[in-house]
Amino acid sequence: MTVTTSAKPIVQGKNLNKSFGRVIGLNNCQFELFPGEVLAVVGDNGAGKSTLIKCISGAHEVDSGEIFVNDQEVSFKSTHDARTHGVETVYQTLAVAPALDISENLYLGREVRKKGILGKVFRSLDKKHMREVSTKSLSDLGVLTVQSITQTVETLSGGQRQAVAVARAGTFGSQVVILDEPTAALGVNESARVLQLIKDLRERGMSIILISHNMPQVFDVADRIHIQRLGRRAAVVTPQTHTMNDVVAIMTGAMTVPEEEQQLSPVR
Amino acid sequence: MSETARTTAAEEFANSATPMQKVQHALHRYPWLSPLIVLVVLILIFAILGFGFDVGSLENFAKPATISLMLQQTVIIGTLAVAQTIVILTAGIDLSIGAIMVFGQMVMANLAVSATASNVTFMAGQNPYLAVVIGIAVATLAGGVNGFLIVRFNLPPFIVTLGTLSIFTALTLIIFKARTIQGKEFEGAQDVMGIMGKDFQIGPFGFTIGLVVMLAVYVIMAYVLRGTAWGTHVYAVGDDPTAAELSGINVKRVLFSVYLAAGFIIGIAGWITIGRLGSASPNVAPEINLETITAVVIGGTSLFGGRGRLVGTLIGTFIIIILDFGLSLAGLDQAYRVLAIGILVIAAVAVDQWIRKVKI
Repeated sequence: MTVTTSAKPIVQGKNLNKSFGRVIGLNNCQFELFPGEVLAVVGDNGAGKSTLIKCISGAHEVDSGEIFVNDQEVSFKSTHDARTHGVETVYQTLAVAPALDISENLYLGREVRKKGILGKVFRSLDKKHMREVSTKSLSDLGVLTVQSITQTVETLSGGQRQAVAVARAGTFGSQVVILDEPTAALGVNESARVLQLIKDLRERGMSIILISHNMPQVFDVADRIHIQRLGRRAAVVTPQTHTMNDVVAIMTGAMTVPEEEQQLSPVR
Repeated sequence: MSETARTTAAEEFANSATPMQKVQHALHRYPWLSPLIVLVVLILIFAILGFGFDVGSLENFAKPATISLMLQQTVIIGTLAVAQTIVILTAGIDLSIGAIMVFGQMVMANLAVSATASNVTFMAGQNPYLAVVIGIAVATLAGGVNGFLIVRFNLPPFIVTLGTLSIFTALTLIIFKARTIQGKEFEGAQDVMGIMGKDFQIGPFGFTIGLVVMLAVYVIMAYVLRGTAWGTHVYAVGDDPTAAELSGINVKRVLFSVYLAAGFIIGIAGWITIGRLGSASPNVAPEINLETITAVVIGGTSLFGGRGRLVGTLIGTFIIIILDFGLSLAGLDQAYRVLAIGILVIAAVAVDQWIRKVKI
């Protein structure tokens, strides 16, 4: 089944455990994301997919187990730590501040100061630079027109907001983008646009983790599908080898896939 | 795909808005616009009534002496309202502003008062500069106590500051025995302690050092809020704390620093108050808390956090003072001023609710 064996995972989790009091979120969970792929993470409610993603994005710390980014063991204490390792997350709640404008949101938490005394002593922000980069980044993604970069985010549609959030994740030299239910709140057209955005990011060489409940969308964009069940990885399959019904069956435990039939190596 | 996006955006842009929507958009973009209109209308009404009609002694309204007095009168509320604004921007509220101001002011005054004056505490007779520095430091620390309780124990700012309002009021009375310190009791230290009330003329207008300091506080804080990362984070924390946290902002640190900064500004306001009133009294301005909140809210800052401008607060302060002067010059009872302020506050919050629903 293996196509290439040379590629190493860009993000790898080994024997991850995480519990919240008596509730077990992750139970010896394995995880691999390969460079340049879209890996969908699916699972029933409470299967631990959110916990898994939060551990990888730095929002939670694992109780035990190891996380590697680019073969280097990491220990994320915050989302900021994850970001400095090139792992960006777009949250379901979007994590944009509605009253701030697009450019302020793109740079929220990593503002750029002016050069020289103005920046060093007076901490002055380089708004011009930030607006230019934001404009470029959004038009690269083909989402927004140039004149609206100082528009507040609350005046944007759901799809546009999602685009801002995705652009933020993709702008700052990140290698891995985690998207948590990016189309959950969107209409059909806007969902299609966001799916296209995901494919564009992949074309630009980014590795993407997509958490979704929407099977048709998962089968549309994913290279591989990581199925989470009862806090562990039940299987990794591809849209080519398995059907949507198979995936649902694996999610609910009605079907198991022997390891040799899984897709544990990269397909790209 | 980019083509479709562009057309959609262009279409949305071309969609002609109704006049009401245009007003809504303008107010959304510039939240200080509505208070500015109120201020201008008030000034016009009082000036016209003063010139054209014989209403009370309103003919004095537009005279330089009255204008100077009005400006000088803004310093206490105006400075404290800066502290209140940064707190409200984080979706908090500070009910202890007046109590902290009085506490800091009484620390300053009791340190600087001449050791030979009657009934002084053990700490009297210090260098006045040292007294001012310690007073401001104490106020900053008091703000820090608010911030610590809010951040460390996750308590609502309303409750924490309601508690510290009582605590600092009580501490003032316990430590300083409700004693008013008159300006002359400072003796040699009077120049330093009262410097904020020192006035100077520019043309027919009289200004005080305190007024200049207040305006400087506005300019510096406005720059910090709009020009630095910390300022952006203050807005973000008030707007959506979850989003701020997920964006890598240390929300607790920002909140704590806001209350600390507020305490510092309150300390400066304490010094200004000694200069303005010429004495230090524990009973100064019992309604000052509500007046600062009023100035901030009338100024277009949202009580829900994340939106508003400092310039709006300055305008809000002017509105309060001008109503005060205008109505009393018109010979009306104080109650009418209270009535007008009440209506303005409710109208301001209603306008805020309306512009938050903006759709473009």
